[in-house]
Amino acid sequence: MIVRVNVNGTWREADVWGGASLLFLLREHLSLPGSKNACEQGECGSCSVWLEGQLVCSCLVLAAQADGLAVRTVEDLSDPQGALHPVQQAFVDAGAVQCGFCTPGLIVAVTDLLERDPVPNEATIREALSGNLCRCTGYAKILDGVRLAAATQERSR
Amino acid sequence: MDVLRPRSLDDALAIKAERPEALPVCGGTDVLVGINFDRLRPTALLDIARLQELAQVERDDGVVTVGAGVSYTRIMQELPRLTALAQASRTIGSPQIRNRGTVGGNLGTASPAGDALPVLAVYEADVLVADEAGRRAVPWHGFIVDVKRTTLQPTELIVGVRFRVPRGPGSFSKIGTRNAMVISIAGLCLQIDEDRRAVRIALGSVAPTIVRATDAERFAAERMERAGLWDDPSATLDDLDGFAELVGEVARPIDDVRGTAAYRRHACRVLARRSLAWALADRREAAR
Repeated sequence: MIVRVNVNGTWREADVWGGASLLFLLREHLSLPGSKNACEQGECGSCSVWLEGQLVCSCLVLAAQADGLAVRTVEDLSDPQGALHPVQQAFVDAGAVQCGFCTPGLIVAVTDLLERDPVPNEATIREALSGNLCRCTGYAKILDGVRLAAATQERSR
Repeated sequence: MDVLRPRSLDDALAIKAERPEALPVCGGTDVLVGINFDRLRPTALLDIARLQELAQVERDDGVVTVGAGVSYTRIMQELPRLTALAQASRTIGSPQIRNRGTVGGNLGTASPAGDALPVLAVYEADVLVADEAGRRAVPWHGFIVDVKRTTLQPTELIVGVRFRVPRGPGSFSKIGTRNAMVISIAGLCLQIDEDRRAVRIALGSVAPTIVRATDAERFAAERMERAGLWDDPSATLDDLDGFAELVGEVARPIDDVRGTAAYRRHACRVLARRSLAWALADRREAAR
């Protein structure tokens, strides 16, 4: 079936299997591999994207359900000239990346959090990131990255 | 696999009459897992996520109706004063899951570990279902009849739930291996009904369906009566152990990968004690 989705501001079309997920559409049909495919059951958050501005696991949304709707992915965050988004830069500066597989999902979830709550407290950060698993870092440097991103964004405001 | 995309509830019911095998999908947090793991291959999916009729939260003279397509995030935001329901919603999955998952999905999946279900049991909710011919309201205990089995007919859709929220404190708590993304090992909802001078308790994940602990409910209400607690919230209640014991007795748990039956029964007793103590503390606080 044909689905038409507005991805990062551009309408894109693809012919997908009815049972295909939004994640499969993004990665395999639209060549946007930033959102990662890991658990395929909503446990790990590495496929996190925004659907109509809402943080979702793209592996749990049917591609057909996104037809006609707006999707924003991690690819939208850095600017086309290559400058990183403040959250991405903070992850680099804090050393919040090890193998990198969970990173796109975490970047999206952290960006979502800071857009809603620019100065989150510790408990809010932990709750907001409870759907994103990282098997390398032990999370300490990821939490450093979130605090750094919040502080940087707050200073530039 | 066809994906059918009705624009209205009437359209959806017409499709369901013609193709009763079509599997409804809303947030997708259960259905997509089945598809992704090749466990589910329905001939057709019925996308009900866009139906405005299922996306409403209505309050009318103390009666609350929550559409089957209302997400847990919206319940937390729009119904924060329904403490038990808001708490249960907040324990479900993760932010990503709560943005998509719905009470309608908890009912349709009918897992005994559906965390909204013990709350619907203490609220004594009606499940609103519809087919092309009309609507009916099914009492919560007549809807889910066994593990993942409901009385929903193939031509019917779950439209929402309707309940009257009792006046008084309530809570939902559960046991799991972490604070997010867990399937409950045991869950408990307790609600005080000040007007009827009653205590209501329901357990999840410890029996094939949600169970009410009616003996424990009566026991607690009587002990509160005897202690003068209904009129004087500062009075003290004795024999919380006896109460917890009665709650544990209604559990019919199994051993599985998440926990043993003995552990689950113990968890029910612990949750029961804590929940009643919280409710009594809330009543003391409110009376001050």
